[in-house]
Amino acid sequence: MLYFPPEKKKPRATPCWPDVFVRRAAEARSPLLQYYYGGGVVDGDTPLSKVLFLALDIETTGLHPGRDAIVSIGAVPFTLERIFSSRSRYWVVNPGRPLTPDSVVIHGITHSRILNSPDLMEVIPDLLAVMAGAVIVVHCRQVERLFLDAALRKSIGEGIDFPVIDTMEIEASYFRRGVRYWLSQFFGLNRYSIRLADSRTRYHLPQYRPHHALTDALATAELFQAQAACRFDPDMPVKEIWL
Amino acid sequence: MEVELVDISEHLRRFEPFDELPEEVVNGIAARVDVRYFKAGSTILSSGETIHEIYFIRSGAVEVYRRNGALYNRLEEGAIFGQLSLLMQNRVRFPAKALEDTLLYIIPEDVFNELCEKYDSFADFVEIGGKTRLRQAVSRAQQMNDVMRTRIQKLLTRDLVSIDAKASVYDAGCKMTEEGVSCLLITGANNDSSSAIAGIVTDRDLRTRFIAEGLPLDTPVSAIMSGDLITVEAQEYVFEAMLCMLRYNIHHLPVMRNKRCIGMISISDLLRYESQNSLLVVARILRAQDMEELIRMKGEMDASFIRMVNEGANSHMVGSAMSVFGRSIKQRLMELAQEQLGPPPVPCCLMAMGSMARDELLPGGDQDNALILDDSYDEKLHDSYFKQLASFVCDGLAACGYSYCSGGIMATEKKWRQPLSVWRNYFQQWIEKPTNEALLHSSIFFDLDGVWGEIQWVEKLKEQIARKAKNSPKFLSYLARNSLNRTPPLGFFKDFVLEEDGKYKNSMDLKRRGSAPLVALIRVYTLAIGSTAQNSFERLEHIRESGLLPAGHTHTLHDALEFISMVRLRNHAHLLQEGQEVNNKVNPENLSQFDRRNLKEAFQVLNNAQKFIKFRY
Repeated sequence: MLYFPPEKKKPRATPCWPDVFVRRAAEARSPLLQYYYGGGVVDGDTPLSKVLFLALDIETTGLHPGRDAIVSIGAVPFTLERIFSSRSRYWVVNPGRPLTPDSVVIHGITHSRILNSPDLMEVIPDLLAVMAGAVIVVHCRQVERLFLDAALRKSIGEGIDFPVIDTMEIEASYFRRGVRYWLSQFFGLNRYSIRLADSRTRYHLPQYRPHHALTDALATAELFQAQAACRFDPDMPVKEIWL
Repeated sequence: MEVELVDISEHLRRFEPFDELPEEVVNGIAARVDVRYFKAGSTILSSGETIHEIYFIRSGAVEVYRRNGALYNRLEEGAIFGQLSLLMQNRVRFPAKALEDTLLYIIPEDVFNELCEKYDSFADFVEIGGKTRLRQAVSRAQQMNDVMRTRIQKLLTRDLVSIDAKASVYDAGCKMTEEGVSCLLITGANNDSSSAIAGIVTDRDLRTRFIAEGLPLDTPVSAIMSGDLITVEAQEYVFEAMLCMLRYNIHHLPVMRNKRCIGMISISDLLRYESQNSLLVVARILRAQDMEELIRMKGEMDASFIRMVNEGANSHMVGSAMSVFGRSIKQRLMELAQEQLGPPPVPCCLMAMGSMARDELLPGGDQDNALILDDSYDEKLHDSYFKQLASFVCDGLAACGYSYCSGGIMATEKKWRQPLSVWRNYFQQWIEKPTNEALLHSSIFFDLDGVWGEIQWVEKLKEQIARKAKNSPKFLSYLARNSLNRTPPLGFFKDFVLEEDGKYKNSMDLKRRGSAPLVALIRVYTLAIGSTAQNSFERLEHIRESGLLPAGHTHTLHDALEFISMVRLRNHAHLLQEGQEVNNKVNPENLSQFDRRNLKEAFQVLNNAQKFIKFRY
């Protein structure tokens, strides 16, 4: 049988994050963001084995960063050696609007729980403190980046930007770019799904209950450790995969 | 630390030995678990490596080898491995390899040890056959350390020998001879007809209370036993049993578990574990002939402190040992004073307040003390005696390194040298008519302990306080507000807030802004539940049992207090070793990153707890 290796990844234009952080730190007006950017970010040449990661997952009231708001945030620090789930953090926040029945079904957070929860603004200092200095790992980067950016614009009038590693993108680069993928698509067989749960199955990771921000963050951390163990050299510079 | 990781706890609960544990315990384990993924074929543990954790297989399969490479075991989902290494001085005996892609949950050593100590089912599951004894042998070889780290239950080598209270002294003597024991437990019927301990009889009791008294052989054994026993709990440390024997000057201790007596330890069991240590220091304090000899003991107490800290004793042990030293010094000073002044004209009791009463004394601590006098006290006739007595003791304490109390809480102050009825009245006033000013200076009186003389008076006072305080919401709310006077040194961005100038520039006070506010907070809850416990860790245990606080709350407070205390202890030990004066100021620059991070977390716990108490009272 013919074997088609995954297509080599094309170099893409990612910003030089340490420089971005220096510039942003100088430009930021909010002390929160000055503090966050002031913490800096690792050099792009740092090998993966030396990087502190933070898996982040956000559950929201819907899919539109402009209209919908954050309901809960899960964060799990980890390295290639260990996932520090014992130091994980989880916040439920009051989105300041009623929850649609649909979203309640998805993330299981009820209205009464929300009413007793703080506003996002109150947890942002904590969240930024946890994020500072770590490279963020998410599954599907748009959600976390866009919602955080929108939330900060709304509460302090300034957005945020940070490097992320996207486990979904990593899966896609191996499965959606390969010739094999196109062939199978063409013949309508064996569709590769790059959703979190399906990606995890490929690395024989167990099934977790989906749509809980903390569990999803843990699931993402495990997925990235698995991807790194199977696909990356621990000495590979982090800039190869951050976006 | 988040309890929300239900996937972890639910999975653990499906497998032995976790299935036997209470739900909240498994949740607690899940909150401490870390995770790691291993690709099929990769090495998980190599021989000789040092580990401080055990591994639970969440998914996948693992092969464990003997050192010669032979396959020893193949483990699958739900199995644990690595525990043998923990029992063998943390060296990996059996290397392990991932047979399939494997996800491991990593359980830290301290959690593992705690589970072994607390749950027999867990201990039995992980320690098969002779391994318990192995562990004992290892700890025996570690000299001093074992006193600090060995639990009393590990000393219990033989079954309990007991006899019913109705049996005769003759039967008791025969049984002791047959069993070859020097001490017999006497059981009696309880209210609910279960058997309970009524007392103990020792060889010495047979001699002094039976033979010397010439009693008939059929005298019931209950007539010569010692009742009102002091006992220890099986999971306490050997060290604590030692302190208990010292403190009450007794040679046998019944060992309890779940309110049932499961064995007995004697001073000779303990002495085998002791070489050169605190026991001897206490013995020498109590034998000191004069002030000079007592003052010279300071060096030995400091040395003992440094050794304990360096050997990894926890703050409760160190605090208890230092408090026993302090008590012994006070006791000896009272005796020396009486050699000069003669016996007291009316009965009295020397009382310790504050850290010594809580068993949390550190070198350089204040000497907070007070005198309770018998109600027959007549100021005109007796005051000059007690004034001299108080000066002798307080000056003596100062000479031994316990500085005068800056708040004037000493028996030399007339206000704190009063008859029992006046003391009762003091406490009544504080509790029934609290004012901010009064409580600001008197909260220290709510940590109290009898040291010399009529110490049962102090027990009565403790009971009075416990009874009254819990029904006085106004008092509790004043006390709670007082506990908020000092906040942890954390800034808005969770950075340390340091002193900006003066002698201790760039440092923070771990006592004033760390342990003291935590202790104050714990005191409020203790009084709210009507407990008479004094030590903060014991108080937390009572608070936990009472269910006053949300689950897990007391556990975090315990950890925060322990951590802050340990940093304080190490700082003290360091300063003493350098020959400097001790203080509680720490410059975060001099701490490891690990300590800094944990200290921040501990301060954050204090911060949250203060918010919580503000909302509650």
